[in-house]
Amino acid sequence: MSVYLDNAATTKPCAEAVKAILETVTENFGNPSSLHRAGLNAQLAVDKARKIIADSIGADNGEIYFTSGATESNNLALRGIVSAYGKRKKKIIISSVEHASVEETASALEKQGFEVVRVSPRDDGQFYADDFAGVCDNDTCIISMMFVNNETGHILPVGETFKKVKRRFPEIITHCDCVQGYMKIPIRVNNLCADMMSLSGHKVHAVKGVGVLYIKKGVRLIPIITGGHQEKGVRSGTESVPLIVSFGSAVEKYSPTVSERFEKVSSLKKYLLERLAEIDGVIVNSPENASPYIVNISACGKRSEIMLHFLEQKEIYVSSGSACSKGQKSGVLEQFGIKGKNADSAVRVSMTSETTEKELDAFADALREGIEKIRG
Amino acid sequence: MKEIVLAKYGEIVLKGLNKRSFEDMLTKNIKRRLKSLGRFELFFAQSTTYITPLDDDIELSEVVDRVGKIFGIAALCRACVCEKDFSDITEKSIDYLKDVLSSVETFKVNAKRADKAFPMKSPEICAELGGILLEKFPNLKVDVKNPQITVTVEIRDTNAYIHAENIKGAGGLPVGSSGKAMLLLSGGIDSPVAGYMMAKRGVNITAIHYVSPPYTSDRALLKVEQLCEKLTDYCGGIAFYCVPFTEIQEAIKDNCPEEYFTIIMRRLMMEIAQRIAEKDNCLALITGESVGQVASQTMAAISCTDAVCRIPVFRPLIGMDKTEIIEIARKIDTFETSVLPYEDCCTVFTPRHPKVRPSLEDVEKAQGKFDFEPLIQKAVENTEMKTFSYTK
Repeated sequence: MSVYLDNAATTKPCAEAVKAILETVTENFGNPSSLHRAGLNAQLAVDKARKIIADSIGADNGEIYFTSGATESNNLALRGIVSAYGKRKKKIIISSVEHASVEETASALEKQGFEVVRVSPRDDGQFYADDFAGVCDNDTCIISMMFVNNETGHILPVGETFKKVKRRFPEIITHCDCVQGYMKIPIRVNNLCADMMSLSGHKVHAVKGVGVLYIKKGVRLIPIITGGHQEKGVRSGTESVPLIVSFGSAVEKYSPTVSERFEKVSSLKKYLLERLAEIDGVIVNSPENASPYIVNISACGKRSEIMLHFLEQKEIYVSSGSACSKGQKSGVLEQFGIKGKNADSAVRVSMTSETTEKELDAFADALREGIEKIRG
Repeated sequence: MKEIVLAKYGEIVLKGLNKRSFEDMLTKNIKRRLKSLGRFELFFAQSTTYITPLDDDIELSEVVDRVGKIFGIAALCRACVCEKDFSDITEKSIDYLKDVLSSVETFKVNAKRADKAFPMKSPEICAELGGILLEKFPNLKVDVKNPQITVTVEIRDTNAYIHAENIKGAGGLPVGSSGKAMLLLSGGIDSPVAGYMMAKRGVNITAIHYVSPPYTSDRALLKVEQLCEKLTDYCGGIAFYCVPFTEIQEAIKDNCPEEYFTIIMRRLMMEIAQRIAEKDNCLALITGESVGQVASQTMAAISCTDAVCRIPVFRPLIGMDKTEIIEIARKIDTFETSVLPYEDCCTVFTPRHPKVRPSLEDVEKAQGKFDFEPLIQKAVENTEMKTFSYTK
């Protein structure tokens, strides 16, 4: 039996999502842009998924735009907004711990002449709204913050920050990368005061290749992909109806139980921490108030990659840092004050509500064994 | 800190002995809109409805958003609930209003003391609280004439309330208080706005739409249904009648002079609408016409259309410019749907040179060339009805 504890990298598609794909691919294969009924049926299927996702974040149907994934959503958000509003407003504010799809996009824009301000956590490893609000000014075009950090589970004070920013500078566009929080922590666009929000399908038990950018009504952006004016011209390219429908089905299934599952995973996290406390030399890097879905630990100076492969032999799958960076040393951990040996030995355990205590036991036992056996 | 929403009545306060019936209607409408958000307690005092959420996870901004679209409410605000104790009031004012007060320059305090047993009088409350806030927020100055923010303290029977920011409500009268009327909904920009405006005057909206497949498509019908759905935010539930109109349009095309196509079509639409309206107890028809906008909306054309009407036709947009109409359409979020480019029944067989100033006599003569009655009856019989309810 394999133990999959890398759900922040991707999740197993749920049966509903798989079924939805199969049905759509075989029976509802029309092009949503076609004028005939086959096209209309495909369009209706896309619109249904759109409504489910809109409802799940308290948005309006018309504010949901489908993309190929959260990386595209983040690119579209940043690049689209600076193209629209960045002629005079040259400042971009992000947190120092963003996912590469925001960080690298901001860096690319930096090379084009934009000023990028990266706000870091304070010495206690936490972010403060005032630190973000303090660097905003009339020159600021967009502020982008992730909701939950993908490596440590830190929850950033997005709502508080965006409210403060909007109160003083209503014209600054606020964007939140919600990938690791969506369907795990209750999220409403109004609460977050977000003008834009990126979501990903495969992190919520749908499949890879589909994401969403929520764009609040009235916010204008210049598309990065041009073509047949799909998605109201914001994202041209024939909609991937099967993937979109699968995203909708997964959200329909998980949306009603966000709070319930949060409780469940919180108690799983508590159990895991109890088990880890029994092992000498394990340091927990995730703070207490982090998302329970992600637990980042450092194992006794044993290099993450070796530990990862050791666990892999026992069919236990975890991650070192963020999976996207393929084991590269993470600058994010350092931002949170996790440095040197502790950063080198960081292991990320990420759960779902279907994770069991038995699986966590298997992980804890294997980790203990790894710490004993791995040399160096 | 507990927060509630205060909804202040609009015109209802001016009503006389039947005020109660308006209030009941409004309460019913509020309850219906909030039902899906959780449990609430509502109570009324001095032309205000106090909406207290009973569940912890209720998102107040969503409550404000929904209540802001209910007709009959002139203004609303979020308020913080305090003990009826001055020190609690000051403490909570500072905490609750710190964001607002630190971002403005001038303010004043306004006190309403409904409970006369409260030891301090209104002017005392204003002076004391104003002084404390001035001390706490050095950026502030008092301006009693034209303040940027008015901090209001209300002392009621069980609690005190503090609020600072008034949000404009939807205004008008509670939907349902003025009876029912039938809206001719084409799918364009104007007709949803016309429906919205009559709903604002308390009218319960029933919609009627004409389809002419294959000249019009499924998508065109779907678009109109989406418009209905959007209107439910303001109008509450809507009964929607869909009339099969192909045969009538083909008969007009085959039998009548081209320059009268549109005007005859509109007369027949009116005829069908009022037959269904009479069956459904609608007291009037509503259209989105505006004088001179198109050939069929000149005064001469309107009087030709009106000649077939036995019940009043309300045209709330009659004196409005397109830009003004679009502004409202954007506000009520129907614009984007309205401009989706699908052919509707009004644009099927449009004459190249329509009669701009038709005379009733000529129109009747043109229409008299063919007996439309059997087709009208058939259309009415085959009309399908479905209802759109407030789904949020």
